[in-house]
Amino acid sequence: MSENTSRTPVNLQSVRESDPHLQPAAKNPVVVERVIALNFIAAMLSFVGFLWAYIVNAQAWKLGATFGGGMTFLGIGLIAWGKYLMPRGPFVEERHVLASTQGERDAMSDAIVKRGGGVIQRRKFLGGLLGGSMALVGAASIWPLLRSLGPLPKGTLFHTDWRKGAFAVDQSGRRIHKNDLAVGSIVTVFPEGKQDTDNGQAVDQTVLIRLSNEHFTTQKGRESWGPHGYVAYSKLCTHLGCPVGLYEQQLQLLVCPCHQSMFDVTNGALPNFGPAPRPLPQLPLYIDSNGYIRAQSDFHEPVGPGFWERA
Amino acid sequence: MSDAIATKRSKREARGPYGRVGTAINELDERLGIAKGGRTFLDKIFPDHWSFMLGEIALYSFVVLLATGVFLTLYYIPSSAIVTYKGSYLPLYGQHVTQAFASSVDLSFSVRAGLLMRQMHHWSCDIFVGAMVVHMARVFFTGAFRKPRETNWIVGLSLLILAIGNGFLGYSLPDDLVSGTGLRIAYSIMESIPLVGTYLGFFVFGGNFPGTSMIPRFFILHVLIVPLLIMGLVGAHLFLLVRQKHTQFPGPGRTENNVVGSPMFPVFMAKTTGFLFLVAGVVGLLGAFAQINPIWQFGPYDAARISYAVQPDWYMGFLDGALRIFPAWSFHSFGHTIPLEVTIPAVVLPGIIFNLAFAWPALERKFTGDNAIHHLLDRPSLRPKRTAAGAAVLAFLMILFIASSTDVIANFMHLSLSSVLWAMRILTFLVPLITYPVTYYLAKEMQHAPGSGKRKTTNVVSRSATGEYLAESAPAYDEDVHHELVAKTVPTFIEADLDSDNGVRKVPR
Repeated sequence: MSENTSRTPVNLQSVRESDPHLQPAAKNPVVVERVIALNFIAAMLSFVGFLWAYIVNAQAWKLGATFGGGMTFLGIGLIAWGKYLMPRGPFVEERHVLASTQGERDAMSDAIVKRGGGVIQRRKFLGGLLGGSMALVGAASIWPLLRSLGPLPKGTLFHTDWRKGAFAVDQSGRRIHKNDLAVGSIVTVFPEGKQDTDNGQAVDQTVLIRLSNEHFTTQKGRESWGPHGYVAYSKLCTHLGCPVGLYEQQLQLLVCPCHQSMFDVTNGALPNFGPAPRPLPQLPLYIDSNGYIRAQSDFHEPVGPGFWERA
Repeated sequence: MSDAIATKRSKREARGPYGRVGTAINELDERLGIAKGGRTFLDKIFPDHWSFMLGEIALYSFVVLLATGVFLTLYYIPSSAIVTYKGSYLPLYGQHVTQAFASSVDLSFSVRAGLLMRQMHHWSCDIFVGAMVVHMARVFFTGAFRKPRETNWIVGLSLLILAIGNGFLGYSLPDDLVSGTGLRIAYSIMESIPLVGTYLGFFVFGGNFPGTSMIPRFFILHVLIVPLLIMGLVGAHLFLLVRQKHTQFPGPGRTENNVVGSPMFPVFMAKTTGFLFLVAGVVGLLGAFAQINPIWQFGPYDAARISYAVQPDWYMGFLDGALRIFPAWSFHSFGHTIPLEVTIPAVVLPGIIFNLAFAWPALERKFTGDNAIHHLLDRPSLRPKRTAAGAAVLAFLMILFIASSTDVIANFMHLSLSSVLWAMRILTFLVPLITYPVTYYLAKEMQHAPGSGKRKTTNVVSRSATGEYLAESAPAYDEDVHHELVAKTVPTFIEADLDSDNGVRKVPR
């Protein structure tokens, strides 16, 4: 058989009707044909419904049901057509060997090594200059590209906006008075003026808890940090920086809902469960002459999760 | 009158037996030379097996992703500028939210079909990644990654990583409470990398979290850069598939040198187009009836707020689970911190898993010494070690996935968090260790029972004329024979060479 005849398209009608492999796979093609027709009709009706739903701005589920239903009917009909009523195989196709002969491979290697390499071999100095300038332009474009993507971290991660004397305010900016919280209550506070800023919300967020009516010492050396039973901890979990948003009042634990780290607020917020490796940093507080709660200073250590530069 | 008819007829005759199509083909072929290659393409044979359809699910859900995604870009505004929400969802009315969040809520409630498109987009993403994973498992367990298809394995794995990454980026764009928490975690994971972590976080987010450029940057990555990469790699994946031809399971008439199945046109084309419609239909029905990611219920992102039972999309689950069960082992020394409790589960662990997957074809070639070209697939039971290793890794990932809901499990089963945590820690090691030998011996067992699933047949003992006794088993019961594997004489659209090769007719080239 010649190349030419093998590519001559043959009309379906020229194939013998009796050829068993052109018979439908379905035992009863008429039934299958009807089922497929029903699917296509259902698809058309669904799409009419979809158009209607779109025009009258119907609810999302009506749009989805008509569109999805129509597509499903269409798909089932077309697959059934292909599966049951089209010529059956199996047909076969030969695989070509993709690999070339050794001679052809050598010819290609030769072109690269001898012809191309030879050019550079003869002009080593020019080749060096070409390589050098390409390396330089690469380095020169990568560095500013990286560098202009953001500021350098520098000291940013080591301090927050809490300063000596900063008023603790809630999210609406209201200063917290020493009589505001009942024992066992909790509120999220920010340094005054920062409650609406991105950095204030993401970095300065602090939980203020009233643990008792008297001075509360959470750890040795923090005797003056908890006036009138008010203690404050950074709200950033030391595991991955989620806000430590749950307070288990009975057990006096702060719980992070992300990965369930738990911090004992009566004991310096030491973690007693979960993957957090460090206690939440505590903010030293004092109460001014008007009864407002203020910070003695910034946190004494970086807040949030660990990073390389952290000591 | 008759002249007009005659002209029509002569025109038709001048067109030849193939009518307008034939004319078009002639015109195109004169200019582009398409006929030869085009015919070969139409004749291209695709082997039939249900498992070869898994990759098609991935491809077609990607098509749905592109279509619905284009719709969403028409209404979504990638800006973190604060606006006062004045849309139709009353519980949020008057709240200060980012433009990204406001436009996401608006496109859900005020744009025709907007909510449907958003839900379809999210559903098809989950299905896209899921289909890729199952397709990858099929390729792995049947050895379809072996020479000459190692390159396509690497392309496919890169596609999986890009899809997971783009899914995460897209999940972050509505700027709702849950997605913002996910981004905070992603930032902290970057920060945990020794030496470069803080710089990486600052450069990606444009400063300390939440930075200033997160939403616009992630938007352009999500809608342009990553989709272009995915489209390019999908093109490469399909090109390699066509060039190297599809693998097939062994069976009568199927050899390393042929492909047995249905022709591209019209059978495969009808089935696969139907399948595209079916995938779009199922996604449409899911979008209609299964609510997904109701951002208006979560509310806008606020760094100081959080919701209970926060979980990422399913494909991020194994990372979240690993982060939950890894112990609090931070490393401090020489004035530096390595947060091992983050770096190991969220950076080192996925690094090992994906690199192992990338290297697997090369590793298998090295350890088995099998450097041959393979076009026939393995039955998984014939490769017990590979099958067992794959099953163990999947079991490991599955346990980590379950571990991403320790709090929900503890709540639901009325157990303490601590006991659930420890159970997960133990199961993470125990289950893969059990899975490996169980799979290995099951596979071995199946090898030794080639007739498994078939009824025993009678042994027919006969005596030959020379007095020799012969015992032969009778042929299998008709119902037990896999007829689809039995080769037949095959018709083609082509006047073909009738020389049969194991009963299958050849299509000459």
